[in-house]
Amino acid sequence: MRVDGKGRIDRSATRSFSFAGKSYQGFAGDTLASALLANDVRLMGRSFKYHRPRGVLTAGSEEPNALVTIGSGAGQEPNVRATMQELYEGLEARPQNAWPSLDWDVLEINDLISPFLSAGFYYKTFMWPKAFWEKVYEPFIRNAAGLGALSGSDDADKYDKAFAHCDVLVIGAGPAGLMAARMLGLAGLDVILADESWELGGRLLSETEEVGGQAGSDWAAGVAADLGDMPNVRVMTRTTVTGAYDGGIFGALEKVGHHGPVPNGAPRETFWRIQTKRAVLAAGALERPIAFANNDRPGVMTAGAVRTYLNRYGVAPGRKIAVFGNNDDAHRTAMDLQDAGVEVAAVIDSRDDVSVPVDAKVMAGARVVGTKGRLGLREIMIDTGRGVRPLQVDCLAVSGGWNPSVHLTCHMNGRPVWEPSIASFVPTPGAVPGLVACGSAAGDMATADVLASAARVASDIAADLGKSAPTAELPEAEGHVYAIEPLWDAGGKGRAWLDFQNDVTTKDVRQAAKENYASVEHMKRYTTQGMATDQGKNSNVAALAVLADATGRGIPETGTTTFRPPYSPVALAALGAGAKGKGFAPERLTTSHAATVARNAPMIEAGLWYRPSYFPQAGETTWRESCDREVGWVRDAVGVCDVSTLGKIDIQGPDAGAFLDFVYTNTFSTLKVGKVRYGLMLREDGHVMDDGTCARWGDTHFVMTTTTAAAGQVMKHLDYVHQCLRPDLDVSIVSATEQWAQFAVAGPKSRDLLNALLDAPIDNESFPYMGCGPVSVAGVAGRLFRISFSGEHAYEVAVPARYGDSLFRMLVAQAEALGGGAYGMEALNVLRIEKGFITHAEIHGRTTAFDIGMGRMVSSKKDCIGQTMAARPGLVEDREELVGFRPARPTGKLLAGAHIYPLDGDAVRERDQGYITSVAYSPTVGTDIALGFVRNGRNRMGEKLRMMDHLRGEETLVELCDPVFVDPEGGRLRG
Amino acid sequence: MVKLIAKSAAEGLLPVEVAGVRVEEIVAPLASLSPFQGQDAALGKALKKAHGVVLPKAGQITQAGEVSCHWFGLNHVMLMGAAPDASLAKVAAVTDQSDAWCRVRMTGEAARDVLARLTPIDLRDAALPVGATARTDIQHMSGALTRVGEDVWEVMVFRSVARTLVHDLTTSLETVAGIAEMRSA
Amino acid sequence: MKISCPICGDRDIREFTCMGHASMLNRPDPHAGAKVWNEYLHNRENPAGVIDELWWHGQGCGAWLVVTRNTVTHEILGARLARDVKKEMRDAG
Repeated sequence: MRVDGKGRIDRSATRSFSFAGKSYQGFAGDTLASALLANDVRLMGRSFKYHRPRGVLTAGSEEPNALVTIGSGAGQEPNVRATMQELYEGLEARPQNAWPSLDWDVLEINDLISPFLSAGFYYKTFMWPKAFWEKVYEPFIRNAAGLGALSGSDDADKYDKAFAHCDVLVIGAGPAGLMAARMLGLAGLDVILADESWELGGRLLSETEEVGGQAGSDWAAGVAADLGDMPNVRVMTRTTVTGAYDGGIFGALEKVGHHGPVPNGAPRETFWRIQTKRAVLAAGALERPIAFANNDRPGVMTAGAVRTYLNRYGVAPGRKIAVFGNNDDAHRTAMDLQDAGVEVAAVIDSRDDVSVPVDAKVMAGARVVGTKGRLGLREIMIDTGRGVRPLQVDCLAVSGGWNPSVHLTCHMNGRPVWEPSIASFVPTPGAVPGLVACGSAAGDMATADVLASAARVASDIAADLGKSAPTAELPEAEGHVYAIEPLWDAGGKGRAWLDFQNDVTTKDVRQAAKENYASVEHMKRYTTQGMATDQGKNSNVAALAVLADATGRGIPETGTTTFRPPYSPVALAALGAGAKGKGFAPERLTTSHAATVARNAPMIEAGLWYRPSYFPQAGETTWRESCDREVGWVRDAVGVCDVSTLGKIDIQGPDAGAFLDFVYTNTFSTLKVGKVRYGLMLREDGHVMDDGTCARWGDTHFVMTTTTAAAGQVMKHLDYVHQCLRPDLDVSIVSATEQWAQFAVAGPKSRDLLNALLDAPIDNESFPYMGCGPVSVAGVAGRLFRISFSGEHAYEVAVPARYGDSLFRMLVAQAEALGGGAYGMEALNVLRIEKGFITHAEIHGRTTAFDIGMGRMVSSKKDCIGQTMAARPGLVEDREELVGFRPARPTGKLLAGAHIYPLDGDAVRERDQGYITSVAYSPTVGTDIALGFVRNGRNRMGEKLRMMDHLRGEETLVELCDPVFVDPEGGRLRG
Repeated sequence: MVKLIAKSAAEGLLPVEVAGVRVEEIVAPLASLSPFQGQDAALGKALKKAHGVVLPKAGQITQAGEVSCHWFGLNHVMLMGAAPDASLAKVAAVTDQSDAWCRVRMTGEAARDVLARLTPIDLRDAALPVGATARTDIQHMSGALTRVGEDVWEVMVFRSVARTLVHDLTTSLETVAGIAEMRSA
Repeated sequence: MKISCPICGDRDIREFTCMGHASMLNRPDPHAGAKVWNEYLHNRENPAGVIDELWWHGQGCGAWLVVTRNTVTHEILGARLARDVKKEMRDAG
């Protein structure tokens, strides 16, 4: 029911919306919850386990009951708290966890069988028969579990992430946050003030009290205006600080686009990572309900929430309202209601000797012990101490006291401490370095104390950061003492709820204690107390008080469970913002990418690079056809392949040679200028790290190439060796990978091709095998290396990357004129396997130089990384050695990953002889060929063994052979 | 006579302009310079003599007309806008990087908000004033970020990721513009 | 988490990679013997408390750092250039 003259809503701006298919009207400034209450809608959802009818319990982000789904289709969002959802024109909300309708829900049956669904029910019930688990129990549980539902479609909305930096982050913009932010801002510090609401003021927007001689909300508006004028203060509304992390980093979720239509490009939410020197926790306190029988009916809500609906939204949540509490704060609700002309039926206070200045009946020393009303509160039962009597009300405002919002102070393992004077936990100072709590988050309950503690904290922080805050003029504010006598469980006949969202009752907690789940962490998991999306904000303290009572311990001894981020739920889409689709990882494209894609080559990922798999031609129907053709081109004519992805590292300086001698197993200081040498790099443990070539470009200038896969790792390794092990060496290491577009030109006609493009032709004299030097490529200064990864007469030609696209097109056109063309990764792989060249399939991290037949490349004349450990026993004898495999029959199929066994006996692990690493169909040989490792394989050439692929169920008889299948003498290379 | 055609790193991708923020490519010679041991002062002298720029301190850039020198990492600066003079190679390792980087300039009041979505570093005036530069993470890419004017920023990433950079910048430009529109509504 | 790089200042953890114990700086002589090498390569102190580690500022200036941090509180107590630490070790013999 709307109350005239109350609230901060704009009554001139109506907003139409729908809930559960029915249309309603509210006003700008309403939340969905306040607008529904204004329309006398009390039933807003069904509970998780028992499907009990539920209404709104709170007016904030701690709401456990009023969870709805907003929107439909791909963009639908489940579990939106109606208390936080700002009303906008056309808002569509649907209830959850109810079928077929909110009023009549089939699974309400769960409530009747509740004696069977108590704590530990899953553990006890779904035990046997064992076979039932997968087929019956799990599908049943999954079906019943979960609140709300995802659309099942890809989320169409945009989410955003961003970083922010400040000197002080102020968390919460109630009286404490506003006070602190203004002082810190005036001190000249960079301040971020974050609040989860769209309006600054916090509780001041919900109360009628005065601050500084004016309405509290007006004071807040004044401070907000001051802050808006300070360029060093950034106010972030609709932003919840969700977590405190190491090093002064806080996570915060800004709801950018939940309060109206979202324009193109704008996100729903921004997840902020805020880096700050100091933080002020001014998050206030949350009111807790009291457990009593059937305390979960729609119409039962916290006393503070009733004031919020009345004072902020101009809504009376009932027509006849009773107030039940154990503290003075609850009385304000009765007074505000009375002042607003709403009927107060009774004020029930569990304490003796209380007086409340209201006309209503005040019942001291009394308790509410039961309720009636199927879909909403109709009647409460009051135990007056002299018997139980009913009272007809449609709303009950309950206050069990206030819990300071200590959550963020506990995110780095801190535990709060019990403060008896307010019967709650307060933050442990210093629990999160740099974070200080003030105001009611620190346990100060009167507004005057809140403002004073905020001012104190702000001036301390300012001084700490070398600034002086202006002397705080504390505005006059309410200073009454917050008097409370703990009351957790008022009793009554029937279940009394603690955790409304997960349907945990006092009985469940007592049962857990009885079954010896007496530790608070065990109780939590056994009962699921506090494990719903509200994380027990309304119920944890009461639950552990009940546990303390049941186990005969005090509350401080019982302790709290662990508070973990996030403070309130964060969509995974927000955490993963920017990482969807193309944002997932950068795409590294070669200069030949456009021309390659234009030729319809399927692209494969090689790390972050994209490289062509093969270049299909008209009439080819399988990749093998294309691949075989491309292999043939290289063997018989000429092929062109972009090899720019290989790492290219410039190594320069007087000690460049000495440095290379230390990182490579073989010697490079003796290499002549204009020559290239194959090099092998070990890890310090003696296993192979990478291989590649290194060219001597000048006296003090080498150009190293690495494999594509290990380019980053090798660069890091070289920096490590230089900075950490040999800073004495005068050498500079710079990656030039991206500077050069480099193409392999391979095949018997490779030189013919190059001579058509080079300004000065080359011959075998000027560019012998393993020679290198500068060349002029169609007028552009380039580099030429005579190296081969195919076993053919081959070169790699490099030009500055700006010319890469052009040179690739030219090389391919020339190659095609000579009966060849572009080749891709598949052909490259076949060519290198035919030649017995290794890749990271072979140097996979567990192989040594000895294993790959390069033991002699580890020079014993000098120290190098890995040399000592490569020589240790176990790495140089009785090893699995690199060999080639052929199928014994030409049609035999070889498979990478298959293992090798003796001909006789079982193919079991104990008899394993080795494994296959690389397989190709060789068009040159005419059969499958493979590389791999076999124990003492180099001495077993010609031996027949069994290849077993246990996964794919394939078996082939294989013959061990030399790993070089084509041109073992190397005549073609030198051609 | 065949002729190779040059293409810049972000050819065909830039310029882009969204809600008053403009992103354009800068093409100019780049050379990384890494002084040999004990040659920092000598490199500074050679730079000054040949190109008129001083050797920048860590996190700084120096400028003389069209030529600038950006600090670029440990023991490493980048000469921009001129081909390095031969005298530099006597005291420093010189590597041509003209084609290795994609260099873009972003101009506009909201540029800082755009960058705040892509890099974790502090972009406030005190941390990154005009003339300051940083090597940092640009949306998972190894990059360099330089403040060249009040609302003018330069971003450099490897050439191969130019398309990703333009995609990420464009997405963030649209985000920032969309948020501004939402706020003004 | 953040690390204060001696060259770049305070930087987000995502720019760094942890590369293991700083004892890697203390590479033995090639002929130091199997026991010493085994110790160097495989055995690490794993204290609940202060530890020196190698971190690589790979998405930043490229420096290798010796970072001192507390494994219990996650507090970063300091960071130095590894090359400076190594030079000091050499000078100290």
